Amino acid sequence: MKHYEVEILDAKTREKLCFLDKVEPHATIAEIKNLFTKTHPQWYPARQSLRLDPKGKSLKDEDILQKLPVGTTATLYFRDLGAQISWVTVFLTEYAGPLFIYLLFYFRVPFIYGHKYDFTSSRHTVVHLACICHSFHYVKRLLETLFVHRFSHGTMPLRNIFKNCTYYWGFAAWMAYYINHPLYTPPTYGAQQVKLALAIFVICQLGNFSIHMALRDLRPAGSKTRKIPYPTKNPFTWLFLLVSCPNYTYEVGSWIGFAIMTQCLPVALFSLVGFTQMTIWAKGKHRSYLKEFRDYPPLRMPIIPFLL
Amino acid sequence: MGRLTEVAALGSGARAARWAGSPPTLLLLSPTSPGCAATMASSDEDGTNGGASEAGEDREAPGKRRRLGLLATAWLTFYNIAMTAGWLVLAIAMVRFYMEKGTHRGLYKSVQKTLKFFQTFALLEIVHCLIGIVPTSVLVTGVQVSSRIFMVWLITHSIKPIQNEESVVLFLVAWTVTEITRYSFYTFSLLDHLPYFIKWARYNFFIILYPVGVAGELLTIYAALPYVKKTGMFSIRLPNKYNVSFDYYYFLLITMASYIPLFPQLYFHMLRQRRKVLHGEVIVEKDD
Repeated sequence: MKHYEVEILDAKTREKLCFLDKVEPHATIAEIKNLFTKTHPQWYPARQSLRLDPKGKSLKDEDILQKLPVGTTATLYFRDLGAQISWVTVFLTEYAGPLFIYLLFYFRVPFIYGHKYDFTSSRHTVVHLACICHSFHYVKRLLETLFVHRFSHGTMPLRNIFKNCTYYWGFAAWMAYYINHPLYTPPTYGAQQVKLALAIFVICQLGNFSIHMALRDLRPAGSKTRKIPYPTKNPFTWLFLLVSCPNYTYEVGSWIGFAIMTQCLPVALFSLVGFTQMTIWAKGKHRSYLKEFRDYPPLRMPIIPFLL
Repeated sequence: MGRLTEVAALGSGARAARWAGSPPTLLLLSPTSPGCAATMASSDEDGTNGGASEAGEDREAPGKRRRLGLLATAWLTFYNIAMTAGWLVLAIAMVRFYMEKGTHRGLYKSVQKTLKFFQTFALLEIVHCLIGIVPTSVLVTGVQVSSRIFMVWLITHSIKPIQNEESVVLFLVAWTVTEITRYSFYTFSLLDHLPYFIKWARYNFFIILYPVGVAGELLTIYAALPYVKKTGMFSIRLPNKYNVSFDYYYFLLITMASYIPLFPQLYFHMLRQRRKVLHGEVIVEKDD
């Protein structure tokens, strides 16, 4: 069995960073990354991008050395992805914030509204209902992060946590401020409007959860396989017939429900911004499904049935 | 060294021909990677957003041209000529007013229609990016044009007492010179016939014009603050049936504060572009 030699160069400066000899032919990129970390401990494997071409795509951790188009001396180019943070950490932080922040406003903690309102309670039922819905939503997200989701990537760039938390925490505070304000005005059509909106919210939360479970079941624990999702016996998953990312569809639906329930413009704006971002993600996901699977169902749209 | 400059000039010539009509204007040019529309809560590995036309251009191989249809080229050429002419008319009107009246008082009033027309027309540049005939990011263009629209319509048009401030003339002069240089740069690039002095102007005038323009804009907003506070204009108070509030006064304060992080980024980006285009320096970008 002949061994390989691997030299790792900096993708930008072409400087020789590391030379590994006697590398097993069936070594994976993950193993090579571990070897590289030994000589450059500041670059832990999660922040390494190794590629065959300085401007090419990153090699996957599972790729095997002898299966790559390289000679017995392989040249790999290294790119520093920057400090990394795990997806789970980011999700937990960005979701715990809104849960906590909203409650600060709900309980009218001092220095938010005038002092005469400190620790008072709203006289509107819908305000209490909104607190329950908002809190439920984020508790659900936290639990899904811990127990349901199976992530393709382990990490993301560190700066994302600041961006994401600003977004989630900022909007949560902005919405919560108005809904829990002493001068809050309840919905124009009263209990009817609130009941309808609550129904929409609950249905969409159930739908979103069903999709998350269906996606989880597509992928065995610890694997990174990708398959086409299909409707299951659960009626909420039948939306897969019409869209690639029904989890996003249901998520937008939940927030529209919440906006109607609270009749609060900042909530509507938050829904709009979220919808825009999720549409971008859905289109990307839809495109990769189409690229990867020849037999992808043609009726499906990315996020809105027949439209978008 | 000569060869390096030549190659860079070739690259920049091809590059210049390609971004006809894209408007990195005075206010905004965030230096990031091109075409990436991902925003805020993005979990992309890249995590970048927006895009600057110049940075965008670096991505393509030098000499590789964008093929623009005949109609697109004709339209863009017409558009850039028209805009060059419009801002020239504005410049001449300003000079004539000052020569005849000897004062800046009343200058804004006399040129406001022309200013509003041509600055608002620039909204088309967003459409150019959307339909792809200009290779700049829609987001960057949108932000840049919006900031101009904001100054013209939400400040000088709406807050009449500040129209005779000196700071208004300051940014008007900066904008006028910048736009004439920029649109003629695009025009000549489209016609494949870019005189060196236009390129020189585009990459040197900004050194003075950017700070002057920013100063004019900030001073104008600052002068407007007392009137905004007194009248409560553009503001919504609680209670109301949409449960929202907006205070234009605080909005303006935040806008002014936002110049602090934004302006240096823009300025240093243009300086780097200048070194690359005019002096053929090879600059290794920090990260894309």
